[in-house]
Amino acid sequence: MQDYEAMLGAYAQAGGLPEIFQDSKIAHLVVHKNKVLGSHLVKGLILEPEETASGVDIKLKVEQGLKLENPVHLCFGVLPKEGVQEINIKAKIEDGAGVKLLAHCVFPNAVKVVHKMQAEIEVGDNAYYEYNEVHFHGEDGGIEVIPKAKIKIGKNSHLVTNFSLLKGRVGVFDLDYEAEVLENSSLDMTAKIYGWGDDKIKIREAGRLVGKSSRGLIKSRIAVKDRAVSEIINELTASAPEARGHVDCVEIIQGNAQARAIPIVNVTDEFAKVTHEAAIGRVDKKQVETLMARGLEEEKAIDVVVAGMLK
Amino acid sequence: MGILLRIEKISLNLEGRQILKDLSISVKEGTIHSILGSNAAGKSSLAYVIMGCFDYMAQSGTIHFLGEDITSLPVSKRAKMGITLAWQEPARFEGLTIKDYIAVGMKNRDDALITESLHQVLLEPSDYLERQVDKTLSGGERKRIELAAIFAMRPKLVILDEPDSGIDILALDNIINMIKALKKQGTTILLITHREEVSEIADITSLMCSGSIVHEGKSKEVGKYFKEKCIPCPTKIFPGKENGVPKGDKS
Repeated sequence: MQDYEAMLGAYAQAGGLPEIFQDSKIAHLVVHKNKVLGSHLVKGLILEPEETASGVDIKLKVEQGLKLENPVHLCFGVLPKEGVQEINIKAKIEDGAGVKLLAHCVFPNAVKVVHKMQAEIEVGDNAYYEYNEVHFHGEDGGIEVIPKAKIKIGKNSHLVTNFSLLKGRVGVFDLDYEAEVLENSSLDMTAKIYGWGDDKIKIREAGRLVGKSSRGLIKSRIAVKDRAVSEIINELTASAPEARGHVDCVEIIQGNAQARAIPIVNVTDEFAKVTHEAAIGRVDKKQVETLMARGLEEEKAIDVVVAGMLK
Repeated sequence: MGILLRIEKISLNLEGRQILKDLSISVKEGTIHSILGSNAAGKSSLAYVIMGCFDYMAQSGTIHFLGEDITSLPVSKRAKMGITLAWQEPARFEGLTIKDYIAVGMKNRDDALITESLHQVLLEPSDYLERQVDKTLSGGERKRIELAAIFAMRPKLVILDEPDSGIDILALDNIINMIKALKKQGTTILLITHREEVSEIADITSLMCSGSIVHEGKSKEVGKYFKEKCIPCPTKIFPGKENGVPKGDKS
């Protein structure tokens, strides 16, 4: 019970609304380390967590034709200074189904914590899946976060992922998402991270547009300062007619930080098209001067620009 | 009316090229003072020098605002004293809403004034308040939002750098009305333009050429002079001719 309350407290700090755990219309799952502290289901949703030695295996299924009215709330975390949490998710969104997940991952006291997530996601035809993951870390930076996902999107479907890590130190972060997109379907992946101290950020987001008229957008917004380093690999491959994709990466660096962007676009069909844009540099001088000309001090002006980019 | 801004013998060199040359100008409080000149006359550079922008610190000369020497003050200090600048091509801000952008310059956030400022530039607040100041705005919309932000900020002096550029002819009347409204609310305006018809709304116009003020007088007269003698620019036709203006014409 104590852990449950503490998890909800950290969840609130991460920006979540703890009262949703009392709402019978909203499905949820709360996992601390390898313990399931709370869960609630709604009709048509199968959410089966199974505790393992180091975490939880989760089977998630949304039944055919069911579009869940409310988002499913997930809360994962490790409250002590040390610990390991390995979450394995197998998600299946059946044909014609739709679901939005809001995952809050909280590690407020981490000094030596490892959080691994391995997801296999299958989105059927005419289906919709949105996964939003928000992290809340402590100030120590003693955390490793390693999320991996393999995603398959059926025909006429839509998948959205939004990852944000803006509160607390990043620590060591290594994300690897890969998705295959079939006919008339779309993929929309966004990652927003603010690294400082000696944080290390590595992101690989890849989309394979294999279906006719498939669409892909991979977007990264990264800010690093102090001695933080980031490497962003955004990869889009288009191998079907009328497939369209765009890669958009912006990284802002301050102090002694280092940033690297590697956009990879690969087109093997003459009627497909993938574009990319990548920009790395300090905060745009004109933006800063504009805000300073309204009376903000330089440091505050930079904060406003960076906060806007990561919003 | 007292002198609000006094610039004396300002010179600016950028990358070995003289941009401003011993330029002097005084702007009276409560007026619209136009700086009229052809492209590359140094008008925008003068705006950046007055605002104190990075890389635009004058090598010599002084700038006084409200009697205080601001020559070496940074942008934010000058802004806090009541000076601001509306860039010819305003910056875009991903993730920053128009209402928050307008609020940046306000001493005390006032949502009613933010709404009023958008009405002033003929933008429907319900369509714009929550939009971002990003690349989804057209050039004309972005310019209007800049003017709305100035209106809400209520500065003592605003430098408007080519406020008419990128604005269609129908919107120009609105921009001119907005400039007059700024004057009415007590803001002094330094209006930078290369169009004599725009400078005509000013109480006084200074003609700028090759980094110097070469003529000053009533806006209509200076505008007429500019139209007759500066288009096409004689300095480009006769590069040897000093400032392109006969010395006798310098007032």
